[in-house]
Amino acid sequence: MPTLTIDGKEITVDNGLTVLQACEEAGAEIPRFCYHERLSIAGNCRMCLVEMERAPKPIASCAMPVGDGMVITTNSETVKKAREGVMEFLLINHPLDCPICDQGGECDLQDQAVAFGRGSDRFEEGKRAVAEKNMGPLVKTEMTRCIHCLRCVRFAEEVAGVDELGALWRGENTQITTYLGQILDSEMSGNVIDLCPVGALTSRPYAFTARSWELKKTESIDVMDALGSNIRIDTRGKAVMRILPRLNDDVNEEWISDKTRYACDGLSKARLDQPYVKLDGKLTPANWAEAFNAVADALKGANGSDVAAITGDMADMESMFALKGLLASMSSDRIDCRQDGAALDASCRAGYVMNSGIAGIDEADYILLVGSNPRSEAPVLNSRILAAVKGRGVTVANIGSAEDLTYRTDELGDDASILDKILSGKHATAKALKDAAKPMIIVGQGALARTDGGAILKAARDIADKYCMADGWNGFNVLHTAASRVGGLDLGLTTDGGADGIMDDAAAGKLKAVFLLGADEIDTSALKDTFTVYIGSHGDEGVRHADVILPAAAYSEKSATYVNTEGRVQHSEKAVFAPGEAREDWTILRALSDVMGHRLPYDSLEALREQMAIVAPSSAQLDQKPDEAWGDFGTKGKITSGGIAPAIDNFYATNPIARVSNTMADCIAARETEVEGATGTNG
Amino acid sequence: MSGNAEKFEFSSETAASAEMHVAKYPAGKQQSAVMPILDLAQRQNSGWLTQEIIEYIADYLGMAPMKVLEVATFYTMYNHKPVGKHHVQVCGTTPCWLRGSDDIMNACKKHLGIEKGETTADGLFTLSEVECAGACVNAPVVAIGDDYFEDLSPESMIELLNKLKNGEAVQAGPQIDRQTSAPIGKATSLTDFVGKET
Ligand code: SF4
Ligand code: FES
Ligand code: FES
Repeated sequence: MPTLTIDGKEITVDNGLTVLQACEEAGAEIPRFCYHERLSIAGNCRMCLVEMERAPKPIASCAMPVGDGMVITTNSETVKKAREGVMEFLLINHPLDCPICDQGGECDLQDQAVAFGRGSDRFEEGKRAVAEKNMGPLVKTEMTRCIHCLRCVRFAEEVAGVDELGALWRGENTQITTYLGQILDSEMSGNVIDLCPVGALTSRPYAFTARSWELKKTESIDVMDALGSNIRIDTRGKAVMRILPRLNDDVNEEWISDKTRYACDGLSKARLDQPYVKLDGKLTPANWAEAFNAVADALKGANGSDVAAITGDMADMESMFALKGLLASMSSDRIDCRQDGAALDASCRAGYVMNSGIAGIDEADYILLVGSNPRSEAPVLNSRILAAVKGRGVTVANIGSAEDLTYRTDELGDDASILDKILSGKHATAKALKDAAKPMIIVGQGALARTDGGAILKAARDIADKYCMADGWNGFNVLHTAASRVGGLDLGLTTDGGADGIMDDAAAGKLKAVFLLGADEIDTSALKDTFTVYIGSHGDEGVRHADVILPAAAYSEKSATYVNTEGRVQHSEKAVFAPGEAREDWTILRALSDVMGHRLPYDSLEALREQMAIVAPSSAQLDQKPDEAWGDFGTKGKITSGGIAPAIDNFYATNPIARVSNTMADCIAARETEVEGATGTNG
Repeated sequence: MSGNAEKFEFSSETAASAEMHVAKYPAGKQQSAVMPILDLAQRQNSGWLTQEIIEYIADYLGMAPMKVLEVATFYTMYNHKPVGKHHVQVCGTTPCWLRGSDDIMNACKKHLGIEKGETTADGLFTLSEVECAGACVNAPVVAIGDDYFEDLSPESMIELLNKLKNGEAVQAGPQIDRQTSAPIGKATSLTDFVGKET
C-alpha cells in the first residue's frame, strides 16, 4: 500500500487508487467534471489538476495512479492558477445562461466556477452555438452548454449498454449526439441528466417547472420494479415534481430506471380520490361511512373461504398485513399476492429471494437466466450484469426468449425442459456451472408463471443445489417484477390455486366477495357477478367490476415497508398527502374492520409493524441482505417443453401509475415512430 | 453525411487491403484498423464517405456505427460530402500563412471560381483550407490527393491547376529549384562537412 504526502500530510492508501481518490481520502477537495466514480476515466476536462513534486507541470489527478512517496500539493498558488485557467477555458464557449437553465442551483459548473474560477473572463470573441439534439422524450438538450466531459457517452456505453451516443467532430466543433439523431433507446437514459455536470442534458418532462431549492426532498423507496431502488422524491406543495436516485451501493448504486424516474406524472392522474359505491349498476360517489357500510352489509355472514383477496404489485407490506388480518377476522386465509400466478413457494424464504444478492452479481462468474429478461424487469440490475460482462468477461446464458439485453448472451433456447438436461448433467451448461466458482441462476417470473412453474422452480432449485453452492455463496436467485411480492410471501400470502383459482371460483359463483388491494394486472371480468371491493390509488383494471372503491394512497403518499427481490426490507417515506379523500391503505382497512365489528388490534403504524414482525420476523430487519437457510421448495413434476413467454411485454406500462403517465406514453410512442421511420426511410 | 443510392461493398482490392490491415492487430482487436479501412473505403468511393459506408465498416469490424462515425468525423482527412477529382487542400497554419498562403488561397479561388469548401462545376476541383500539413519548412504548402506541392507562389499554383485540369503530368514536391527540404540554392551551414562529402 503506497504512502504519499498530500498537502504536507502523510497518508497510506489502497493500491490502484488515483491521486484524486487519495486526495479525497486525505480530505482535500478536488474539483472535477469528467471524472465519475462509476465510469471509466477519461481525463479530458483538466479541472482536477494538482501539483506533483518533480513533475514539470500540474498533473490530472483523476488519471494518475498513486505511487509510493508521491508528494502532492492541492492548495498552492500554481494549482489555484491552473484551476482558474481551466475554468476560464471551459467558460469560453459556455453561454452562462444560468437564469434560464434548469440545472441552475444544482450545477457543478456553476458551483465550481464560484469556488475555483476567476470571477471574470477575458474572452471577447463570439461564442459557439450548437443545435439541439433529439434524445427522445426524456432528455432535453441544450448542447451549447456542453463542456465535452463525455460522461454521458461513457455512461451510455458502460452502464446503459447502448452505443448510440457519441461525440462527433472535434475541437470547438465537437457535438454530442445520438447516431443519426435517434432517441436514446435505453431504459436507463434518464441517468445522463444526473451525470451531466452542466445544463446540457436536463429532464424534459420536468423542464422549467421548478427550481431545486423550492423543493421538499423526501428519501424513499421505488416500487416500479422489485429492486427497491433508493429514491428521493422532490415535491412542491402537493405535487411530486421529480424523482431522483439516492446512493445505495448494494441496491441501485446511483442509478434508477426511466420508469422509476418518470412515471411520477401518473401519480396525479386517474386518481381515486373519493369512495364509490355501486348503486343500480353504476359507481356513485359516496362518503367513507356509506362505503364501509356497503362493504359490511355485503359481507354480513360471510365466512371462511367465501371471501378472498388478491394483492397487487405495488402493495406495501402493512396494507397486505392489514388485509390478511381483515380476512382472518372472517376466518378466511384466502389471500394471494401472486397476481401473475407465479408458482412461488412461501414456505422457504431462500426459495423466493435473490440469495446471492444484487451486489452478488459483482462477484459472480457465471450467470444463467431462466425465463427472466432483466433489461425490462429490472434495468438497474441489468446494468450490473452488463458491468460484469464488460468488466470481467462473465458469461451469461439464457433460457428464455432471446432479447437484446445489451450484452452478449449464450442463447440456450426458450425451451424450459433444458433444465432437466442441465440437472442430469447432460447439458454443457452443467459443466459451466460446475466450473464456475460463484455461479448464479436467476429465475424470472416468466418461467414461474407457467402452469409447470412449480416444476421449473424445483428444477432450478435442484440445479442450484447441485452446482451453485459454495462457501458463503448461494447461487439461487429469483428476480421478481413486483415490489410487493417478497413482502407478500413473507406474510404467507399464497393459496392453493392462486389468483387464478380465486377468479375461477368467483366466475363459478362460489365466492361471496373479493377484495382487490391494488390488483390491476389481472383480468377482472370473472368478478362481474361477485361483490368486489377495490382498495387502491388509480382507476385501472381493478375497478372495472368493483362494487365499492376505497381510495388509497400511492407509494409516494405513505410510509410503508417494502421488501425487495433479495429480501432486503426498506421503509418508504411519505412525501405528500394522498389526494382528496384517499387515505393510507392500512388505515382504511383498520377503519373498515371497525365497522365490520372486528377491529384490527392496532391503531398506529408502529403498533401494526410490531404485530407484523411477529408474523414476519424478517420485516423488522431493516436494510440488510439476509442470509437465508437453504431448503427444499417447488413441486416435483414434469416440465413441458415449449417456449417461456416474457413476464413483461412493455416496460413502460407495467402498472397503473405508468399506464396513465404521459411521459411513459411518450416513450412508447417515440419507439413506435422510430420503428416506422426506419422502415420508411432506410428501406 | 448523406446516403447514396448504390449499395456499398468493398471491391476485391479494398477487401484484400482491409484484411491486411486487420491482420496487423491481435485477434479481437480488429477495431484498431478502423482508420486505414475508412481511408480505403473513401478512396474506393471517389474520395468521400457515406452513411452506408460507415455502417458497412461498422459491421465489418464489429463496432457500433456511432463509434466509426466518431472516428470519421474527428479526423479531417475523411470527407463527408462529395469532392472533386482533385481535392486542393491549402495549408493555412501560421508558417504557411507567414509565407503567403493567403495569396495561394486567393489565387485558387480566383482561378477556379469557387470558395472554400466548394467544388467546380466540372467536378474536377474541390478547394479546402487545412491545418498544418507538416511540411512547414517548404511553406506555403498545398496537398492535392496524395501529393504535396511546396514552395508555391500564386503563379506556380495556377500553373499547377492548369496542368491538372489538362491531365498533364505534374511534379510533386518543391515547385522551385530545391531538393526536398534542403536549403534553397546551396548549403548555408556545415559547409565544410558538405564540401568534404561531395
Ligand atoms: S452533454 Fe453533459 S455529460 Fe455529455 S459531454 Fe456534454 S457536458 Fe458532459
Ligand atoms: S476530472 Fe481529471 S481531467 Fe477531468
Ligand atoms: S504550416 Fe503549412 S505545412 Fe505546416
